Amino acid sequence: MLILDCPYCGVACDETELSPGGEAHLKRFGPDSSEEEFEGYLFVRENPNGVHFERWRHSYGCGKWFHAARCTMTLEVFGTYSAQTFEPPQALKDKISAKRPGWSWRDFA
Amino acid sequence: MADLATVSRLPASGMITLRGDLSGAKIKKAVKAACGQGIPVSGEILGDGARAVAWMSPDELLVMVPYGDVQAVIDAMNKALGGVHALVADVSDARGLFRVEGGSAHEVLARVCPVDLHAASFGVGQFRRTRLAQVAAAFWRHDTGFDVVCFLSVADYVDGVLGNAVTAPRVGALD
Ligand SMILES: [Zn+2]
Repeated sequence: MLILDCPYCGVACDETELSPGGEAHLKRFGPDSSEEEFEGYLFVRENPNGVHFERWRHSYGCGKWFHAARCTMTLEVFGTYSAQTFEPPQALKDKISAKRPGWSWRDFA
Repeated sequence: MADLATVSRLPASGMITLRGDLSGAKIKKAVKAACGQGIPVSGEILGDGARAVAWMSPDELLVMVPYGDVQAVIDAMNKALGGVHALVADVSDARGLFRVEGGSAHEVLARVCPVDLHAASFGVGQFRRTRLAQVAAAFWRHDTGFDVVCFLSVADYVDGVLGNAVTAPRVGALD
């Protein structure tokens, strides 16, 4: 069972209280983008074996979106953070580096 | 075997949704005027059975007042808010309200909600929005048990779920 802390409510949320929102930090490409950019936005995903960043929504609680960093292999949760950001907070990246030295995910490391 | 607790369905209570920037001075004033309380922090309910305010999300509060006072309170709140970008909505008739009372009331909710209901983790004055079986609900702990709020459209379902949960044998693991 996956348990994530909602950064807004500050409560430990059971997975059944949340809605999954897919991969985190996607940049939207719209009508004026190239075909490659639009394809990347729609279909190209990381699918890592290890450190991963996702979006979740506290749908049965405050209703807000937030981000989560976790390991797809062990299901260890590294942390959650606000949705109002383009990248994970440095403290969280440092925490992941301590546990998974040499990790990288897209442009983050 | 005795039930874990007693579940009763309460008549509609005055409930007002207030959305906006909760740090704003005018919002604070409107809440104070409505129920005599300040702005609750996350997971908190302030006030008593008659007038209270609960934290629903970073930009939403639930103001509770006597049913007959709702329109007057809404008018006063809108006046206090002035030109501030905010929403005040009467949701009194859109909510079902239940009371779960008794020494093992926390065990009833623990059976149907994914919430840590140890007395040390969830005490009097704490408020939680969560999932109750298959629907959204919110509850808070008071001196004699819990009050549970859900959407009126699923109130019969919640009535059935709670009515079933109280018949379970006591576990005692949450005391
Ligand atoms: Zn939340």
